[in-house]
Amino acid sequence: MANSGGEDLCLEVAGDDPSCATIVLRGEDHTMGNAVRYMLARRPGVEFAGYSIPHPSEDRLNIRVQTIAGGESAAEAFGGSVKDLAGVADVIAKSFLGALEEFSTSMKQ
Amino acid sequence: MGSGEDSDGKRSLPEHLERMRSRVEVGSKVPSNSEGVYYSGAYSSMGVDNSLSVSDLEKRLKVKILEKEKDRIVFELIGIDAPIANTIRRILLSEVPTMAIEKVSFFANSSVIHEEILAHRLGLIPLDVDPNLFDYMEEGAEPSEVNALKFRLKVQCTKVAAVPAEAKPSLKYHNSDVFSSMLEWEPIGEQAEVFGSKPPKPVNDDILIAKLRPGQEIDLEVLAVKGISKDHAKWSPVATAFYRMLPQVELLKSIEGADAIELKDMCPSNCFDIEESGKAVAVRPGQCTMCRECIRHGDWEEKIRLSRVRDHFIFSIESTGAIAPEDLFMRALQVLVDKCGNVVERLTESLDVSSAQARASTNKEHLSHLTRMSTGR
Repeated sequence: MANSGGEDLCLEVAGDDPSCATIVLRGEDHTMGNAVRYMLARRPGVEFAGYSIPHPSEDRLNIRVQTIAGGESAAEAFGGSVKDLAGVADVIAKSFLGALEEFSTSMKQ
Repeated sequence: MGSGEDSDGKRSLPEHLERMRSRVEVGSKVPSNSEGVYYSGAYSSMGVDNSLSVSDLEKRLKVKILEKEKDRIVFELIGIDAPIANTIRRILLSEVPTMAIEKVSFFANSSVIHEEILAHRLGLIPLDVDPNLFDYMEEGAEPSEVNALKFRLKVQCTKVAAVPAEAKPSLKYHNSDVFSSMLEWEPIGEQAEVFGSKPPKPVNDDILIAKLRPGQEIDLEVLAVKGISKDHAKWSPVATAFYRMLPQVELLKSIEGADAIELKDMCPSNCFDIEESGKAVAVRPGQCTMCRECIRHGDWEEKIRLSRVRDHFIFSIESTGAIAPEDLFMRALQVLVDKCGNVVERLTESLDVSSAQARASTNKEHLSHLTRMSTGR
């Protein structure tokens, strides 16, 4: 097991295969866990994505990522998915603002 | 039974699989297809790509406001999946910051309510202040104008002269009821100038804090600080935030005459109307609560099909009053973007790549619309 990183995030890669990794996050719960798992699952090149909170009284969120060998590494796929999640939030924000404007103009008429 | 092509030239799923992908079926006994199919390669054997890209979502996503009041908003969110909707809901409930009373110093309390109960009651009073103007109070930090608000409550109950004994307590005594409006704001530092015409105060003036009788008094000072509801529910910015998937009611066979009347009377949510021709139509499927009353007996299940649309959410946010509900939704998305930025930063740190680079790319790219909202208000 090779561990790297600070206290609040660590990346566990078994052996020297970069296509499999478990990312351990502290300070996050199902809110991020399930959303990131979903984004990973729908990312091309990701073979498996799952998350678990092993014990409710331990501040620990495990996210397991396995990618297709030869493609993106698991860590890259994870980082990319988290960025995409922020992108999704932004797209929703943009549409919501548009809808608010539309609603206020329709109310004025 | 092959897969066709849709208007964009992309291959689409055969009808029965598309139905499984996009609907949650509600049968008379059990729901089916309740779990969404999210794996990107789920339909690869049919040449259909199930992956999600942000640009695709941008084209597909639709938002429509249905109702908007001062403290409540209802809108449709079409094109996203449950994990995303649920993340936003969870953030709304427990991670959007507000201000709430956290520390109470008692100078006098001869009321019948014990100090700890009174302090708890004070904590739950929603405060009409924008938490964005404040910093979180660090552990052990001194209260200051940037991290705290101070209020004073000093009430003494006295007898009102010449009121008959059988009169109501509110007439017989002065200050027999202690209301939230009696909390007096005491500006710290330059807060008086900062807040100017809009002094911080409880959202509602008529929250009953305690009851007093002549001779009893309450004298206390409170500090309100910024926090999130993950630490304590008093910081929750919403009364409720929930979503439901759009109900769909399909009539598989023509229902006429006596059957139509039976159906209309059977539905407690009044979803059906009868046309002039005597045919039943599902005119208000949105009202359906999926009570299944209409498919419970006889052969009705062969005539009516109940389902929910998997990617169509009717989202409802009710604010406690401190932050406008539409603003709450934007702030929840901002919290999500911040969390993502934070995770990416931690990841790059642990991968020993310069963290500044990643922070810049997640936050700057995606913040443009969010900052527009906050500066616009």
